[in-house]
Amino acid sequence: MLYREAGQFKSSYEADGQIFPLRQDRLGIALLLVLAFVAIPQFASAYYFSAILIPFLIFSLAALGLNILTGYAGQLSLGSAAFMAVGAFSAYNFILRIPGIPLLLAFVLGGLSAALVGIAFGLPSLRIRGFYLAASTLATQFFVVWALTKIQWFTNYSSSGVITAQKMEMFGYEFSSPASKYLLVLAIVSVMALLAKNMVRSNVGRSWMAVRDMDVAAEVIGIRLMRTKLLAFAVSSFYCGVAGALYAFAYLGTVEPEAYSLDLSFRILFMVIIGGLGSILGSFLGAAFIVLLPVFLNVFAHALSLPTSVASNLELMVFGALIIFFLIVEPHGLARLWQIAKEKLRLWPFPH
Amino acid sequence: MNLNFFFEVLIGGLLSGVMYALVALGFVLIYKASGVFNFAQGAMVFFAALTCVSLVNHWGFPLWVAILTTIATMAVLGVLIERIVLRPLVNQPEISLFMATIGLSFFIEGMAQLMWGAEVQRLDLGIEDVPMESLLTNFNIIVSKFDVVAACICAILVTCLALFFSRTKIGRALRAVADDHQAALAVGIPLQHIWGIVWAVAGFVAMVAGLLWGSRNGVQFSLTFVALKALPVLILGGFTSVPGAIIGGLIIGSTEKLAEVYLGPFVGGGIEGWFPYVLALLFLLVRPEGLFGEKIIRRI
Amino acid sequence: MKCIKSLLVAASLLAATSFVWADQYVPLLSYRVGPYGSNGASFFGGLIDYMNLTNLNGGINGVKLSWEECETEYNASRGVECYERLKSKNGGASLVEPLSTGIAYGILDRVGTDKIPMTTLGYGRSDAANGKVFPYVFPLLSTYWNQAGAMVVYLGEKSGGMDKLKGKKIVHLYHDSAYGKEPLPVLEAEAAKYGFELIKIPVAPPGNDQQSQWLQIRQANPDYVIMWTFGVMSAVGLKTAQRNGFPREKIIGVWWAGSEEDTEPAGDAAKGYAAMSFTTPGNYPVLDDIRKKIYGQGKGNLKELDRVGNVMYMRGVTSAVLMVEAMRVAQNKYGKGKPLTGEQVRWGFENLNVDVARQKALGVFDMFPPIKTSCDDHEGSGAVKVVQWDGKQWVALSKTWITGDKALVRKLLEESSAKYAAEKGITPGCLK
Repeated sequence: MLYREAGQFKSSYEADGQIFPLRQDRLGIALLLVLAFVAIPQFASAYYFSAILIPFLIFSLAALGLNILTGYAGQLSLGSAAFMAVGAFSAYNFILRIPGIPLLLAFVLGGLSAALVGIAFGLPSLRIRGFYLAASTLATQFFVVWALTKIQWFTNYSSSGVITAQKMEMFGYEFSSPASKYLLVLAIVSVMALLAKNMVRSNVGRSWMAVRDMDVAAEVIGIRLMRTKLLAFAVSSFYCGVAGALYAFAYLGTVEPEAYSLDLSFRILFMVIIGGLGSILGSFLGAAFIVLLPVFLNVFAHALSLPTSVASNLELMVFGALIIFFLIVEPHGLARLWQIAKEKLRLWPFPH
Repeated sequence: MNLNFFFEVLIGGLLSGVMYALVALGFVLIYKASGVFNFAQGAMVFFAALTCVSLVNHWGFPLWVAILTTIATMAVLGVLIERIVLRPLVNQPEISLFMATIGLSFFIEGMAQLMWGAEVQRLDLGIEDVPMESLLTNFNIIVSKFDVVAACICAILVTCLALFFSRTKIGRALRAVADDHQAALAVGIPLQHIWGIVWAVAGFVAMVAGLLWGSRNGVQFSLTFVALKALPVLILGGFTSVPGAIIGGLIIGSTEKLAEVYLGPFVGGGIEGWFPYVLALLFLLVRPEGLFGEKIIRRI
Repeated sequence: MKCIKSLLVAASLLAATSFVWADQYVPLLSYRVGPYGSNGASFFGGLIDYMNLTNLNGGINGVKLSWEECETEYNASRGVECYERLKSKNGGASLVEPLSTGIAYGILDRVGTDKIPMTTLGYGRSDAANGKVFPYVFPLLSTYWNQAGAMVVYLGEKSGGMDKLKGKKIVHLYHDSAYGKEPLPVLEAEAAKYGFELIKIPVAPPGNDQQSQWLQIRQANPDYVIMWTFGVMSAVGLKTAQRNGFPREKIIGVWWAGSEEDTEPAGDAAKGYAAMSFTTPGNYPVLDDIRKKIYGQGKGNLKELDRVGNVMYMRGVTSAVLMVEAMRVAQNKYGKGKPLTGEQVRWGFENLNVDVARQKALGVFDMFPPIKTSCDDHEGSGAVKVVQWDGKQWVALSKTWITGDKALVRKLLEESSAKYAAEKGITPGCLK
């Protein structure tokens, strides 16, 4: 009853085409942003920042990237962690070798390097589809990690092949406390999420969705396949690259190439699938699910005082079972559940 | 260039490839019959090997009894998977099924270690892993006895599967289902029973692969990673072809080893991890459905 | 009535605020599943069993140990999450031992700011031995670099003298990652110094199939092979060596490739294989104590009693022994009978002195080398032994503890830690 568009009239095309046409939605988002930027830093402890919120935001960014590629453009990719690695290591190298470079510029350049690598490894998508493409993105994953381990220049000839991310400084202010890191990551993620939302509503996004649905038909109506697919790879890798740089700089601090392994790629794919393919909100929901679930299971198992080996194996089993459960119950992911909720809200509390 | 060494590497690679093909066979069976890319095949290999070796080591069964029990367990597991995981997801897009099998792989891995513990165990099949003396003394080429026995077992398995598919009623039904689900239903073939049977057969193949790999490497969690090596084999050979899996395996195995030995030193080594994938990728650019895969026809 | 009620409330509030944590809390970032689950289960089993034994014997001057496990699955991101979640519980963590290089790197910066000492027994950054740059990191007993130096000394002895190493071929077969590349600076420096040829052969993880690597080894026909592997790679390496006819007596493994999990699956292939170890295999009074007092009462952490005394189990016990000793030393300075803060435990770790007499008193004589730490030297020993698998168990080949070229290692260590200090903007110095 409260959630309806009756009475909200738009008098310009811009107003009609905005992201949140309903006032209630706009209020909701504003409230959420205020909560995220103002309220949480006041009340959350360092644990929540360092171990829950920052990884949640970083993974949502990576999931956004993968969603653009797999959800919107339909190109199944298992190499997202490789692009994250490229972003992290190039950001590190840019800051190392160009003294005084602004932090955000370094992240952007890291993302751009990842985009270039994405284009290079996205070329096979012009010929290969479906699972075969997924398997060839595995080639990206293994090759990139190998290259970063082998070519010592990338790790500044460190004897053990790890990089220690430099301090994050902007205009003399150093982001060292968990709260400040959280705010920086939040700002970057919000801006990029907004960009992504607009991108998928635009011409580019529509051409991606056309390619996803049936690329032969898309080509027939005049969409340039090569440009569209490679653009999808480039944008997706850019997002993953920035996420990877944040992963190294704002979260772990010291990383080796092995941290961006196949395991991480699969985790990001889970986030996208469970959150909902083809949905910006879905990336966030999926990331929240995957970040929080192991913690819940751990705390739950501990509360039940199970011996740890049993608990650890049960965690794995429950994780797998929940994935299957979600896929059976709602194959379109958590975002679809949210959509259904919104539909129901339009009528509530009336029955019809 | 030392010719003996080249043959050693080549033969060693071919035999490794046979081992990869064994794992790939399971994938092919399931994909052929139900269109599902079963990522849980690696976990099934691990589970089968762990069950068998634990029955022998912890419960004291003789090996042949353990093997029979494992076959029965894998059959039951296969039927259960089909019923609980796949039936509800019947008309979903391929990616959902793929994700479901990934979730399934976590479940099976956790279950295996919950049931049998996390220690590394030794599996002794009675075949020694030493060089064959005849080849060593006459030609100075090292070929492992174990590898040769494994290749023979694989050949027998493939022959049995071929006979199964072509001579028995169930085998023909499987081929019909693989060809066209709707037509098979129209003719009266019980689709769900067939899928259950396919999963059970795939479980049996997983057990054979698990026993051989487990005997070679020790039965431990890393067995699940052999599935990753089977993927380039599948790409090369086509997802739906049994001879493709074997030939793909031979090609991948041999080129991987030759590349590591002859190309590796120029780039610092360790290229075995990505080389099969890059090779498969390049191959796909030329032939997008693999060597023996069904040609993909897309219509608007 | 009101008066009594408010008195009761005041009393309970007073009691609540004056409740002081009486336990010494240790969060355990453990892993019991996944490819290394078996190693982790044995290690943490040993650690927990010794902590239980300490508590049974009255704790440290009456202060009992308490702990909580968190499954990290050997994953850096989960390790960080576990660390952040557990570090402030129960009055604050006294120390942390992640048993994983990836996780250690992930929490390296945090332990300094949180003032919680981190022990990395036999792994992690070798240059963390320089306590002036890494005040909160303790690579106790021996680092990878000293182990590599000791390996060269052992191989020299095997050849009949260090000068006999000249002209020999030594293959470094390694896990192609940061872990496997760690000893390269030392090995290359030693190769230059003693004149042997170092051939590097990487194995792509997880290393299920090493046919090409061992064929290359057969082709090169080296005198020795250093196997710097972990997990399934070790067992596969031994089996592949067997199938290629390479004698295992010529192979020397790193200590993470030298436990029962590596040799048992390899069966006959492992016989004669030697590895380095910072613990001496065998039986000790402390293990008998554990079997009697802990497993006898059914409180043992491992399911199988015969795994008590395994290599990884003993490393867990060693880690716990050093931890309790550090706490004891710290309590001697800061006050007995009270729980210690992280900073105080750190001081304890920096002033450890477990000599032979102390080891005998603890019932662990010769289980690990005598260790004496200082601000300059967070390692404290650098000595190792060579152990060999005889087909059934590990036996010590070395009669005494051997060390490598510590001066060479120290020089490399100081260069490397200086580089880290420059990158991070740390001024090296000792904490009080």
